[in-house]
Amino acid sequence: MSSVTELPPWRRPPRGHFPGVPAWGLPAAVLPEAFEVCPVGPVTPHWAWGGADGAAIRVCVLDSGVEASHPLVGEVEAALDVVPASDEDGAPLVIVPGEPVDLAGHGTACASVIRSIAPAAAITSVRVLTNGKHGSGAALLAGLRWAIDEGFDVINMSLSTAKEKFRDELRELADRAYFRRSVLVAAAHNMPVHSYPWPFASVISVACHDGTDPMTYYYNPAPPVDFFARGVRVPVAWRGGKEIRSTGNSFAAPHIAGISALVLSKHPMLAPFQLKSVLMQAAGNVAMPDGGAHVTD
Amino acid sequence: MSPTNSTASPAPEADLTQRRLLQSVVEIAKGMYGAAAVSVFLVDPATGELVFEAVAGEGEGMLPGTRFPSGTGIAGWVAMSGQPLIADDLASTPLFAQDAAESTGYVPRSIMAAPVIVDGDCIGVLEVLDRDTIQRGDLVDMDSVGMLATEVASVLQLLLRVRWSERENQAAPQSPGLEALRRVAQRLPGAPQSVQATVVKLLTMADELLEGGGTAAA
Repeated sequence: MSSVTELPPWRRPPRGHFPGVPAWGLPAAVLPEAFEVCPVGPVTPHWAWGGADGAAIRVCVLDSGVEASHPLVGEVEAALDVVPASDEDGAPLVIVPGEPVDLAGHGTACASVIRSIAPAAAITSVRVLTNGKHGSGAALLAGLRWAIDEGFDVINMSLSTAKEKFRDELRELADRAYFRRSVLVAAAHNMPVHSYPWPFASVISVACHDGTDPMTYYYNPAPPVDFFARGVRVPVAWRGGKEIRSTGNSFAAPHIAGISALVLSKHPMLAPFQLKSVLMQAAGNVAMPDGGAHVTD
Repeated sequence: MSPTNSTASPAPEADLTQRRLLQSVVEIAKGMYGAAAVSVFLVDPATGELVFEAVAGEGEGMLPGTRFPSGTGIAGWVAMSGQPLIADDLASTPLFAQDAAESTGYVPRSIMAAPVIVDGDCIGVLEVLDRDTIQRGDLVDMDSVGMLATEVASVLQLLLRVRWSERENQAAPQSPGLEALRRVAQRLPGAPQSVQATVVKLLTMADELLEGGGTAAA
């Protein structure tokens, strides 16, 4: 177990005495603690992910499970289930090791997209959707909290909850992930309903475009959707080792999760705010073919 | 995927208007998308099963009432993820074709589906089989099916409200007085005006009697 000071500043436990003393300021007499920095030079797609394969990056798929035996998915690092601690009503939810299976297929489809983009990334499945009802928001929260505490580099959420009562807690979790450098990539909801966490500023939200190139994505200057990625007729894993083509924001998000894994594997010291900026600068409607970016004087 | 046909008691007559409205929505959607079939499933809150509630097109005579296990098929994806989806090239996927043929008798090439969300819960799924894509694109269809599912949510909400109220009425102990009141309420609008006036007077007296705690002298 690492001591607190061995952990990078963004992974240390929160200070126990807030508000109070010591205050948040930095006296001029004290040098700021040294830390590794990723300088962001002229950003092009090549600078961002050229030659990267996602190695050493851990991606968590919060979904219906992942079928690890599927040839489009391959091995998963771990498979976990969110389950009630007991049969009693209102029992707390716990995260327990599970089998790498997926009766629905949605999580397997998302994992196959991530694998196709970042083949060397380690994928972990956390099953938060376990029956035919819209996944319980409580399971989603429990799974997300666990994934953030575990320090995954990228967390893919091709799902959301439309329950208002979970909004504030989800926002706190999304902020916590942001500060701890776990990048939340969430599918935007394609319906006229309010759902979360995708509209939060601390996550990377994704809707789909109808192009066919998996590496082409566009920055969206009109929030809350950050990027448009491939999401129409995407080849995805289907139950029983098969493949189908599927359309939806659910499949656009794992494209950006995969691309984020590539960028982070090449530039591990990027903080989430830098990553979003790099993704923007390397986007198809921002980056120039010869490097640099479209700039309006 | 093994469907079962529900033998539960038929839907009460009280929800007829809402069922007609729902049926008209799926009929219009079928025409709008040039689809082989459009259906609405309800999620059974007790079991998570998906139950065919309304069907236009393929299977409309036999499918209503049929149940599917939770979390299976494209409708299961949608109910779980809460996101609209389109799945293509299904007929060439042997496992899917076998499942679909066994359960509904029809093997679609493509399925478009959207969740029906009420108060943050997915209470059903709208599904469109084999739509045409003439002069529309997948993205346009995704948007419109999401909007349609929102309309279906309102209709299903009305339908469920009627059913719950019917169930509550059936479950409530019936007294001879309540039965008489129900008959009076039914007959009153059709009675001659003079009779109506007398009945209202009698009801007002009854109301005043009850307001006094039922202790007034007869």
